[in-house]
Amino acid sequence: MTYLHKSLLSLLLLGLCISGQASDIVVRGDVIYTAVGEPIDDGVVVVRNGKIVAVGPAGDVSIPNGLKVVNAAVVTPGLIDAHTVVGMVGYLSQDGDQDQLERSAAIQPELRAIDAYNAREPLIEWLRTFGVTTIHSGHGPGEIISGQTLIAKTTGDTVEEAEINPVAMVAATLGEGAVMSGDGARNSPGTRGKVAAMLRTELLNAQNYAAKISAAEGNSDKEPPTRDLKLEMLARVISGDLPLLVTAHRHNDIMTALRIAREFDIRIVLDGAAEAYLLLDEIKAAGVPVILHPAMARAGGERENMSFTTAEQLINAGIPTAFQSGYEAYVPKTRLVLFEAAVTLAHGLTAEQALAAITIDAAKILGIDNRVGSIEVGKDGDLALYDGDPFEYTSHALGTIIDGVQVSDTVK
Amino acid sequence: MKRPNAFLLSILIGTSSVVGAEPTAFVGAKIIPVAAAPIDNGVLLVEDGKIVSVGASVRVPGNASVVDVAGMVIMPGLVDTHSHIGEPAGGDRSSPIQPEARVLDSINVRDAGFKRALAGGITTVNLMSGSGHLMSGQTIYVKLREGNSIETIAYKKDDGSVDGGMKMANGTNSRRDPPFPGTRAKSASLVRQEYIAAQEYVARIERADGDPEKMPERDLAMEALAEVLSGERIVHHHTHRHDDILTVLRLQQEFGFRVVLHHVSEAHRVADEIAAAKVPVSLIMIDSPGGKLEAQYLDFESAPALERAGVNVGFHTDDYITDSRFFMRMAALGVRAGMSRDTALRGLTLAGAEMLDLDDRIGTLERGKDADFVILSGDPLSVYSRVQQTWVEGVKRFDINDPEDRAVAEGGFGALQPSYVHEFHGYEEGH
Repeated sequence: MTYLHKSLLSLLLLGLCISGQASDIVVRGDVIYTAVGEPIDDGVVVVRNGKIVAVGPAGDVSIPNGLKVVNAAVVTPGLIDAHTVVGMVGYLSQDGDQDQLERSAAIQPELRAIDAYNAREPLIEWLRTFGVTTIHSGHGPGEIISGQTLIAKTTGDTVEEAEINPVAMVAATLGEGAVMSGDGARNSPGTRGKVAAMLRTELLNAQNYAAKISAAEGNSDKEPPTRDLKLEMLARVISGDLPLLVTAHRHNDIMTALRIAREFDIRIVLDGAAEAYLLLDEIKAAGVPVILHPAMARAGGERENMSFTTAEQLINAGIPTAFQSGYEAYVPKTRLVLFEAAVTLAHGLTAEQALAAITIDAAKILGIDNRVGSIEVGKDGDLALYDGDPFEYTSHALGTIIDGVQVSDTVK
Repeated sequence: MKRPNAFLLSILIGTSSVVGAEPTAFVGAKIIPVAAAPIDNGVLLVEDGKIVSVGASVRVPGNASVVDVAGMVIMPGLVDTHSHIGEPAGGDRSSPIQPEARVLDSINVRDAGFKRALAGGITTVNLMSGSGHLMSGQTIYVKLREGNSIETIAYKKDDGSVDGGMKMANGTNSRRDPPFPGTRAKSASLVRQEYIAAQEYVARIERADGDPEKMPERDLAMEALAEVLSGERIVHHHTHRHDDILTVLRLQQEFGFRVVLHHVSEAHRVADEIAAAKVPVSLIMIDSPGGKLEAQYLDFESAPALERAGVNVGFHTDDYITDSRFFMRMAALGVRAGMSRDTALRGLTLAGAEMLDLDDRIGTLERGKDADFVILSGDPLSVYSRVQQTWVEGVKRFDINDPEDRAVAEGGFGALQPSYVHEFHGYEEGH
């Protein structure tokens, strides 16, 4: 249901019932972690019309009569998975529903995530059950530019109902992930140098394309260029409208990403970044955020040098950092950012830092912190309920609330 | 150990050239013996690679070294019943059934996987070939002691031969183009035909009654299967879907082999049938269902469901599917789903030892068993706990305070490169 629809619905219902709407709810927590500021003991969150209208200690918040009330030991903001391909891939890995990667060409930014995203994919419910309310999904790593990404809530029956940003980023890959083996139909790009050259060439084309459009604006003598879906999209990267999400694991590939970002003065977000701990100063100086590989990702291939301490090193260096579930071709078909963040707690991260990396900091990196990522008045009523420390292996997710609607009451 | 730690060094310098020959008392930790209730502020006394005593009030001999481990938790070394560290390789693509192939002949003892396993508190592993065959070869049970060859780290049977099981699989992974089977029924019929051949081979040997003239010619595949039929070699069977699980039980009933079910995604659907067959289960807890058809209904619920049904339940890493450094997490996820704490901890240790027929030597902290144990910073089921030390036969094999060991535990640049320095001769052969 879109927010507009919900608003209309609530207007219709206003005269009909004096008590709560479907998108009204009160959540009481023995402790509420808002992701901004100190935890609130014995706290209350009031959600009306899908938005948070009050949060604070139980004694300070007046609870409207007649609203559904749920209780939990621990309440956090709805969790954000900063990069996944859930919804783009069928969870049984069958041919024909693995839509995260189109192998016909190396550079296809025109591929829209909204044209592939399956809002009814079972793993979306799986994520939701554990408290994940927002995901950044879309085309995965594996080609120089594989396509677009989107941001969606983990609810809704169609992509139109689910999405909160239909075009979030343009997904790019550097390093071995973009290099073709030559075994298949294509054998280019075959080297790192060629990958970078092809990406730079296309960004240059987009620069020229954008320049021609600008020149034609307000100048009847000049014809604008023919519409080109690929260059239109890259022109939005060139203008700074959209960030390039660059998957790069090895230190040399991360440096290539920073080099190209500087050359074209574009916004990038580093993705994966297994060796980012070698380049803390460089990444920080470039002002680039990192969506870090899952902590429990397999330590092989380009991730052979990954470390469980990378999150701690990035965050304590002041680099904006978020966790992701990543892309899995086999089992598990998806990971859970809750679990990935959890295992870093034995490796230097505080619980508050880990929570921020799957809530407010992820929201900032994704540009959606005006709506989600923390429990603050005015934000979407997205909450996750637990019976204890959310990060502890033996705790349970109790329920999930999205836009004020309890969308899960499965204990998991 | 590349860098002898101060404690062991003092023993070496002090009195003996045989590491661990002097008694050592670990004092002050909470001890989880698995064989008995946990002991707060307990003492673990170790000598000559074996456990001498465990308890709240153990007499510490005057010549013993005393190690203060107050605030720590000690539990038995973990037993991973299903791992692919060390690059184990069995059968090739030539046929679906290759019982003659031994992973013994493939293991790379310098593989960094062994170090990762120790960092996760694992001290015994069953190294197996893959699930892409109905029968991919002979597995090997390995003790994670220092060793320069697979023979020095393999468990040995009484006759000196290496100890191990037989890897089998059904379901989807072993289905492919001929000569591999294309259906489940074909898979079962190929296996049955092979076991019938083995039964006849055994019968010919019995009929020969020691007469060399009447003995069948030696056949490596049949010899291995004869060990399976006699119960000497345990089948470790990859299986996921409920009907595939029942197919394993049906074949087990027909041929009488001993079997451990591995992975068993849908165990929660046939827990009673598994219990009735008195067959143990080694579970893997995967972070989401799916990834392939046969794991569609994978559910953490299998752990408590099997416990309720009375099945002997253990866990495995299937490393590289899950990393050995996170093995304890399996048990914790079992508890999350409703399994009891005791059964979960047993599942990491004694249950696995039983599934490998090694429970007379390992799996608990008891007098006379191998001194294989893990020292943890806290509760084994907590995400905040870390392995501090891993000891194998009274020798410290992992120490979080050793920079190289710590790098293995955490990762980092070059941390998981294969080991190139591997010289150690402090053991007698033949463990």
